[in-house]
Amino acid sequence: MIEGLDSTEAVSPVARLQGAATGDRIFRTLLTIAALAIPTLLGFLVYELWRGSQPAIAKFGVDFLATSTWDPVADKFGALPLIFGTLLSSLIALVIAVPLSVGVAIFLTEFAPGPVRRPVAFIVELLAAIPSVVYGLWGIFFLIPVLRVTLFPFLQNTLGFLPLFQGTIYGNSMLAAGIILAIMIMPYIMSVTREVLASVPGSQREAALALGATRWEAAWTAVVPYARSGIVGAIILGLGRALGETMAVTMLIGNRHEIATSLFAPGYTMAAAIANEFTEASTDMHFAALAYVALVLFGVTVVVNALARLLIWKVSKGRASGGAAL
Amino acid sequence: MVGLLVLAAVLAVLPLLLILGTLIVKGAGSINLGFFTRMPVPAGETGGGVAHAIVGTLMIVGTACMIGLPTGIGAGVFAAEWPASKIAIATRFIADVLNGTPSIVVGVFAWTWIVAKQGHFSGLAGSAALAVLMIPMVMRTTEEMIKLVPNSLREAALALGYPRWRTSLQVVVRTCLPGIVTGALLAVARIAGETAPLLFTALGSQYMSTNVQQPMAALPLVVFTYATGPYPEWHRLAWATALVLIVVVLILSIAARIATRSRFDAPR
Repeated sequence: MIEGLDSTEAVSPVARLQGAATGDRIFRTLLTIAALAIPTLLGFLVYELWRGSQPAIAKFGVDFLATSTWDPVADKFGALPLIFGTLLSSLIALVIAVPLSVGVAIFLTEFAPGPVRRPVAFIVELLAAIPSVVYGLWGIFFLIPVLRVTLFPFLQNTLGFLPLFQGTIYGNSMLAAGIILAIMIMPYIMSVTREVLASVPGSQREAALALGATRWEAAWTAVVPYARSGIVGAIILGLGRALGETMAVTMLIGNRHEIATSLFAPGYTMAAAIANEFTEASTDMHFAALAYVALVLFGVTVVVNALARLLIWKVSKGRASGGAAL
Repeated sequence: MVGLLVLAAVLAVLPLLLILGTLIVKGAGSINLGFFTRMPVPAGETGGGVAHAIVGTLMIVGTACMIGLPTGIGAGVFAAEWPASKIAIATRFIADVLNGTPSIVVGVFAWTWIVAKQGHFSGLAGSAALAVLMIPMVMRTTEEMIKLVPNSLREAALALGYPRWRTSLQVVVRTCLPGIVTGALLAVARIAGETAPLLFTALGSQYMSTNVQQPMAALPLVVFTYATGPYPEWHRLAWATALVLIVVVLILSIAARIATRSRFDAPR
């Protein structure tokens, strides 16, 4: 600061102001370029995906999303099994992860003693830092062998009357992919739910307690409903992550273009198909079909994420953005 | 009910401990000096290391940082300095959209943008994909950090006759520099473990390559190839590589978290 003030002695005030204005203009221009790079990138991304998938869009149109043939040799492509697999694996993940992570978030904000809160939240949030491919490796060599002799037979024995749990037990399956996805999205849902719950005004709890509610009743009837749309936002954010998750799913889901009723059977997702087939694609139409899949996946995640942000923002007035789980 | 919640907490903590435990049990035994300094050996032979992938990851991530950090930090400073401008509002929203974009989609983008046009796979295309993932992350953390600087500091500098750009760089950004560095570290930790955007950009390679115009190996790609391959020897190397990868990523993210926490996060 001293240097800046010293220079006033030598330069006339007018020249100094002009110098400052030039400096400010350069500064602002450079920063504006950096800021504009982001919308430009997005525009470019959409354009490139659209251009890449153009042949497939022209040939298959919207039917692409509703047909099931995937035959690179005959150049016939339909993405229905991929869309089905993406939705089903994400749904399984939500069914497992939502009660767990919302439960943990409620526990941590409302019940846990002070010294427990930080470490537990920290450990769960660290799950978000583990690379997807490491989940895949762990899934192949640890999770699947364990599930094949424990949970899968158990489910078949107890719930085997449902078509979902019938048939041969494969290791690589829709259910295995759903379980690994559940572990992967847990930190996002928990972290945002925790932020949303923490932003509920204390008066909300106090009012319930003053009316004679137990701490559980206060949490469940006064705090959670207040934060409801934020929690839904957190869940949708988790859904967005699950839909686009690639490596771990590719390594565990079995990669078969098929719609199976059994969760023990292999399946496929949009992201996994791109990851697996893109380097091996030989015809232009195969590339275009995969780019089309990428475009659809992109569109779905944009909608899902925008919805999530909107809901979270509504509850916490822009405070929580899932920053802790970044 | 509270008992159930405790059970949920225990279940939620379990996966990380299991994953780390398995990685250490299966991977630690294979880590020695040769693992870091040697090249891979032909399939079927034992031994060999991942020196090529360590160099590859450093080069790909380093190049991505050279593109991504200045852009991300610049955009973040812009959004914090002119928070209500139309560009800032649009950029903030679009950064959030990009943050939620699956990394595989960004990989397809880098493929059509660079690989398809050049006609060959390259480490550079991988770096571009990682930079696209990195920019919005860095922008948002930079902006959050700058917002934590008290406005009085900025006003004091302006009142002393400082031009805006010097106020911004020498007073505001300097005050929150540790926070910005932390955000950058978190972003590096995140992209260092990314596999999907590299699959059909950097592609992977069995050889040492320092030319960013050529296909390049990377640690996450090695884990993927070796884990899905048929040889037990490959699986052993996959575990060891994954352990190295996760140690790097966890050290980066834990360091970043501790740094931000002590500085800005008042205990609740």
